[in-house]
Amino acid sequence: MTSTSETPPPLFAAREPIFPRRVSGKFRTLKWWILGVTLAIYYITPWIRWDRGPSLPDQAVLVDLANRRFYFFFIEIWPQEFYFVAGLLIMAGLGLFLFTSALGRVWCGYTCPQTVWTDLFILVERWIEGDRNARVRLWNAPWDTKKIRLRATKWGVWLLIAVATGGAWVFYFADAPTLLGEILTGRAPAVAYLSVATLTATTFTFGGFMREQVCIYMCPWPRIQGAMMDEQTLTVAYRDWRGEPRGKHRKAAGAEQLGDCIDCNACVNVCPMGIDIRDGQQLACITCALCIDACDDVMEKVNKPRGLIDYITLADGERERAGGQDAPVWKQILRPRVILYFVLWSAIGLGLLAALFLRTDVAFSIEPVRNPVNVVLSDGSVRNAYELRLRNMTGFDRAFRLSVESPDPVALTLEGVEGLDVSVPADATYRQRVYLTAPPGSAAGAGALTDLDLVLEDTNTGQVVREGTVFHGTGE
Amino acid sequence: MADRRDVDEATNTRTTGHEWDGIKELDTPMPRWWLWSFYATIVWGVIYMILMPAWPLVSGATPGLLGYSSRGAVERDIAEAEAVNAPLDAQLMSVDIASIAEDPDMLRYAIAGGGAVFRNNCSQCHGAGGQGALGGYPNLVDDDWLWGGTTEEIYQTVTHGIRYEADPDTRFSQMPAFGDILEADEIAGLAEYVLSLSGADHDADLAAAHQQTFIDNCSACHGEDGTGMRDQGAPSLADGIWLYGGDRDTIVATITDARYGIMPAFQNRLTDAEIRKVAVYVHGLGGGE
Repeated sequence: MTSTSETPPPLFAAREPIFPRRVSGKFRTLKWWILGVTLAIYYITPWIRWDRGPSLPDQAVLVDLANRRFYFFFIEIWPQEFYFVAGLLIMAGLGLFLFTSALGRVWCGYTCPQTVWTDLFILVERWIEGDRNARVRLWNAPWDTKKIRLRATKWGVWLLIAVATGGAWVFYFADAPTLLGEILTGRAPAVAYLSVATLTATTFTFGGFMREQVCIYMCPWPRIQGAMMDEQTLTVAYRDWRGEPRGKHRKAAGAEQLGDCIDCNACVNVCPMGIDIRDGQQLACITCALCIDACDDVMEKVNKPRGLIDYITLADGERERAGGQDAPVWKQILRPRVILYFVLWSAIGLGLLAALFLRTDVAFSIEPVRNPVNVVLSDGSVRNAYELRLRNMTGFDRAFRLSVESPDPVALTLEGVEGLDVSVPADATYRQRVYLTAPPGSAAGAGALTDLDLVLEDTNTGQVVREGTVFHGTGE
Repeated sequence: MADRRDVDEATNTRTTGHEWDGIKELDTPMPRWWLWSFYATIVWGVIYMILMPAWPLVSGATPGLLGYSSRGAVERDIAEAEAVNAPLDAQLMSVDIASIAEDPDMLRYAIAGGGAVFRNNCSQCHGAGGQGALGGYPNLVDDDWLWGGTTEEIYQTVTHGIRYEADPDTRFSQMPAFGDILEADEIAGLAEYVLSLSGADHDADLAAAHQQTFIDNCSACHGEDGTGMRDQGAPSLADGIWLYGGDRDTIVATITDARYGIMPAFQNRLTDAEIRKVAVYVHGLGGGE
């Protein structure tokens, strides 16, 4: 399988420019829709308002790093609830596994930001410089006024998109209208400008110039996917048993020997990755399915059946080659592996939903002071100190009354506060040192450990939250 | 040397000539932009070495044009923190010390700052949690005070110390060594009486016999009922809290030789604002009056 050549191979190769041709078809239409919807979500989300009352921000989706809060419509996440974010990240990871085993590299081909923004940049490029042939001519043309004008216009529009992309990102971290005003008047914090500048630069270079290089050389996901795909995974493939031998000259002698492929190169010309799908499955293919649209169009024109390039599995390929039929699509998707991923994925999702709706809007934690664990007072009674932390996770001020439920009576007192009533401002944490005192000679005071509950009652609503802790007596 | 000229036909790519079990390593050329990125990191490294401290010399390193140093950064951070705290300290100084607790923001600031002062200056004797230690280091968490447990009294104690002779305003008292004054059997009987005050096991006859000894020799400071006297820093003998220990031998030793502790004055070590903060902090540990 080897031949020889005389010149030593180059260590480095320049990028081959790619000029994807315009194409239309059902997958292209689907991709336009996904592009529109995902970009709209990204750009518009920070501007959606959501009323949470006077003391909380009214931005629907906001990552408030300074105050350590994450707002998502009716949900507010505090730092101690970070497991929600961890759960969502695990779901995102499992979701990639799920989609990869069911539908191959569907993430890469349709929804990856690199794909979406590259698509948008290519669209701009086509509007300004023309379709593939015009762009190839322009590429080869000398740098005259026309070329400079077209290039400057294209780069200008790209830059506007890139600035809008970087700009939209920072709006997720601060009140969008305020921050926009600050950015435009030069009063925004330096980190805002730095973030916008960094994301502008990456969007501009990745979408305009790096494009498929990001997928082929920089992204780790294609390597992982290579290990996740098997012969049952749907992927874009060329039916070589139907298309070969390929040939252009349908009227020449021996044309009846030729397969369906007329070697028009439509599939190569539309490919944003610059590959030839007829070479077989390959790492650079992101399964964007544009070659399917292009080939179907040509097959229609030459009165051949569609699907010379199609979504099929490698196992289907083997069956068809042997003269058999494709397995039905549902069989490709409803495989044990896919079902397992789906069960895991939805179990985590249901768990998170349950945790979300079961959580209380007030949380308190009790931390016994360990240094010292107890102190004997002058009358012989034994006192324990606790650090109490009350979190009011609602948008209004609340008043609570504390009490203790213990098998052996102990007295509850608060440092610096008369009585047992405390009030916690909206969306705030309240810290209070509290004391439990066991009378001289009591079971709790003279014993080792006594389990007891601190009870928190909302004096307006009657809502009760309890938290267990221990009382350290002087006995060992 | 392997033959570098092999070309894999399936991919039309040269191989490196390395082969394992029939699998050959393709020699796919690196993208050229990767090479330029590599050069860019080298340029960046050179610029960084010029701008930032980099090359080690005999004493120190080349300073770099930006003049950055990690020590300077810490100093800037400290100065910044002090600048932020300055108005809070001024506010703390402007009010009566007892009313600091009435303003929740000021109270929180005083407790946070006072905790740091306490851990640096007080915890060596009084313990990290203020629990003190047997042998003369008073517990600050309980409800028993030698010289008083209001914020003002604590402030006074921290400022001027106890039996600290370099400070003329220091709190001062001294228990005489009764080994020179009383006979051994009188001291033993006195110890029984002292034990009886707090309800500990004692010889009732001996105790009753030496009640008058107590009134004659001890009550001037410790009070007739033995509950102590704050003005003298004389501890209560009628409760369960002991500075040096409440067993019979220890009490005998204390009466015979007398014991007292010394606490330095902190007015020349800490700023007045720091003393105010630590007084509020100690007051809030649980024993404050």
